[in-house]
Amino acid sequence: MTTATEDKGVAERSMGFGLRWLNRLAGSDLLDRIRIRKQVERALFTGTKNGFRSATAAGRTFKAAQSLTGPARQKQSKPRALFDISPDDEQQMLQEGVRDFAEAKVRPLAKQADFDKSTPTELLEQANELGVNMLGVPEELGGVMHEQAAVTSVLIGEALAHGDMGIAYAALAPGAVATAIGHWGTPEQEATYLPSFTGEDTPAAALAILEPRPLFDPLKLETTATKKDGDWVLSGVKSLLARPSECELFLVAAEADGIGPALFVIESGTSGLTVEEEPAMGLRPAATGRLLLKDVKLAADALLGEGKREDYVECVQRARLAWCALAVGTAQATLDYVKRYVNERTAFGEPISNRQGVAFAVSDIGIESEGMRLATYRAASRADQGQDFAREAAMARRLCAQKGMQIGSDGVQLLGGHGFVKEHPVERWYRDLRAAGVMEGALLV
Amino acid sequence: MINLEIPKKFKPLAQQANQVATEVFRPISRKYDKAEHSYPKELDMLASLIDGMNEGSDIGGAGAAGVRRESNGDAEAGNRNGSNLSTVLGIIELCWGDVGLLLSMPRQGLGNSAIASVASDEQLKRYGGKWAAMAITEPEAGSDSAAIRTTAELDGDEYVLNGEKIFVTSGDRADLIVVWATLDRNVGRAAIRSFIVERDNPGLKLDRLEHKLGIRASDTANFTLQDCRVPKEALLGDPEVKSDPKQGFGGAMQTFDNTRPLVAAMAVGVARASLEETRKRLEEAGVEIDYDTPALSQSAAAARYLEMESDYEAAHLLTLQAAWMADNGKPNSLQASMAKAKAGRTCVDVALGCVELCGSVGYGENELLEKWARDAKILDIFEGTQQIQLLIVARQLLDKSSSELR
Repeated sequence: MTTATEDKGVAERSMGFGLRWLNRLAGSDLLDRIRIRKQVERALFTGTKNGFRSATAAGRTFKAAQSLTGPARQKQSKPRALFDISPDDEQQMLQEGVRDFAEAKVRPLAKQADFDKSTPTELLEQANELGVNMLGVPEELGGVMHEQAAVTSVLIGEALAHGDMGIAYAALAPGAVATAIGHWGTPEQEATYLPSFTGEDTPAAALAILEPRPLFDPLKLETTATKKDGDWVLSGVKSLLARPSECELFLVAAEADGIGPALFVIESGTSGLTVEEEPAMGLRPAATGRLLLKDVKLAADALLGEGKREDYVECVQRARLAWCALAVGTAQATLDYVKRYVNERTAFGEPISNRQGVAFAVSDIGIESEGMRLATYRAASRADQGQDFAREAAMARRLCAQKGMQIGSDGVQLLGGHGFVKEHPVERWYRDLRAAGVMEGALLV
Repeated sequence: MINLEIPKKFKPLAQQANQVATEVFRPISRKYDKAEHSYPKELDMLASLIDGMNEGSDIGGAGAAGVRRESNGDAEAGNRNGSNLSTVLGIIELCWGDVGLLLSMPRQGLGNSAIASVASDEQLKRYGGKWAAMAITEPEAGSDSAAIRTTAELDGDEYVLNGEKIFVTSGDRADLIVVWATLDRNVGRAAIRSFIVERDNPGLKLDRLEHKLGIRASDTANFTLQDCRVPKEALLGDPEVKSDPKQGFGGAMQTFDNTRPLVAAMAVGVARASLEETRKRLEEAGVEIDYDTPALSQSAAAARYLEMESDYEAAHLLTLQAAWMADNGKPNSLQASMAKAKAGRTCVDVALGCVELCGSVGYGENELLEKWARDAKILDIFEGTQQIQLLIVARQLLDKSSSELR
């Protein structure tokens, strides 16, 4: 690292990083042919601020910008010969950029965003500029990643959540829709929707799988898609979407006639859609809400891709990994914070970290968060290499749900009463970490 | 490039070790659990075979045949998968077979690790090819190995050792015992050195063999050292007592940085054995483990299984990480202790959980599940107990000295 680089502020450096990515984009000869630059009217119904319910946002018009003969897909990476835990150079660069951004921009705003139940638009735009929402977009459609990017997405999610999990959710949620379309969409769906994710004015979008009931199982959906005169008709309720009232695009999971669980592309403004506030224990900067579908009529081509069951199952697995990544980042934030606190806080005449009862709790946070991290990396790496990763995703999910929550709880415990008040961020991480065991869908690697 | 799969080049080694575990260890597992203190003679032929496996340079062998750290930790040199990783992989497979029998493998003792790790070239030549046990613990000094009271006094060209040593694994069967002793009781850890003592040294008296909860195939000896004379050349490392405590004791403790991932690997192997057998039994009983359905929407048995398997996954990966770091010359003391702590406690929890899930089938001696649950406990104790590992991890994470965090 040169001195000149160090002299620049961290934010400036991460901005430079975003520019590098954009530069790569600009260098692509496909860009001008396929990139949609539309002046979009954003007559938003800001329902979350003024009322309980609203119609969905009046979104842009999505239109196929080119016709592809077959679906564009990112390649699987070659099977790797050696065991390795180091990110490659490109990943390290991106990771560093997002880390800087999380530290300089995200963390300072996290407390207010939690209180406001909203993330400043400017912050989301900056995150977007770092390229976080286009990792799953194939190169032919303006993406920057030649190969599948589950590991890269995990590294980014982890780095961003180190700043704040709720803001990370808000920032990464649109990318989940792009990644799903890039992985499983038809050529028409890709050409219609993906170009808008590669520019500056990325639409808010939500991958809606979770439904509001105990013991929710993403393979047993109560939202239904029935076939009627060649059209699909969807009804049901989806839970804990990020910024649903801002969303211009939804990918909604429903139990489809003759198909089973599958995803449907729905543009905002479609008749029968309603969004409703659903503030929760945590993830508050993401302005979580429900999406209510009542006899939503969709054309036959709204079904994502070919509606294959294995695609849907893989989507569920990839979403779980994305939440694992966020849990790992938040767990690391907790570890970093309590380490400093227990070393500085004195009781009985010495730092409380001199006591084994305190110190061992810190050890356990360190051990379990590292286990969560490695399990998540392993599953993501298998995904990128085209290997089955059902087992590994399940392992990572279990660890992040269980150990992640324990870490959240111990984080508060180690600060005692000070951990319980909002002067310190640990109570927020306690609330956020519960999400890793609850959320389904919504994010994707 | 992040990839946490077993490298292809080590798969033959792992398969070989698994074959040994299946064909040699498992069939005699129960026999030597019952016949405590009798020598598993089946292992002699196997040991020769493993010596042969160790000849190949990169495939470091299946046992604790030395874990010298790679000296050139140059990150530019690229990623390396070497003998630390291959050794860990071999141990996992063998302990999936039987951990007690692995500990009884001739020439695969902890003393061999110590010699291979810190001996001079001359000592390597002199003591190579022999079976070496390790004697550290004393009746009054367990985890606090700095407090050992066995003394070593220089008398001419010889050191004279006096003291009492307990819990010496393979102490009766080995050719050599690596004995930890102090050159000066007043100096503390800086004066602690290890000495190689021939098993037939008349000053080394076997007091008794222990009867144990598990790993009963492995003999555990107690010794008295009475005016036990060894040549000057039997001292491992630097004979000078330096004022800097990190010099002498640190060198001795370095062995543990290298062997902790190996013990973690033993725990991973036992845990996997328990999980695989339990899964088979559960499926016979009609319980399917589903990785896509949320754990809590499955049966309680399946959910418990998934929980245990996820702990196993973390322990496994932490162990591979610690070994991989050693192969690449990265300081891994923190990760080695994390791996040992996680694998030790996971192994006990998993093995006991599996017995509970399998009911009387798990508890009875018709199957090996109850044996694995007994064997498991030592893995959270020797080579540094759970609590010692947590202490090491905490000191590193919190940047504490051993006098601040005791």
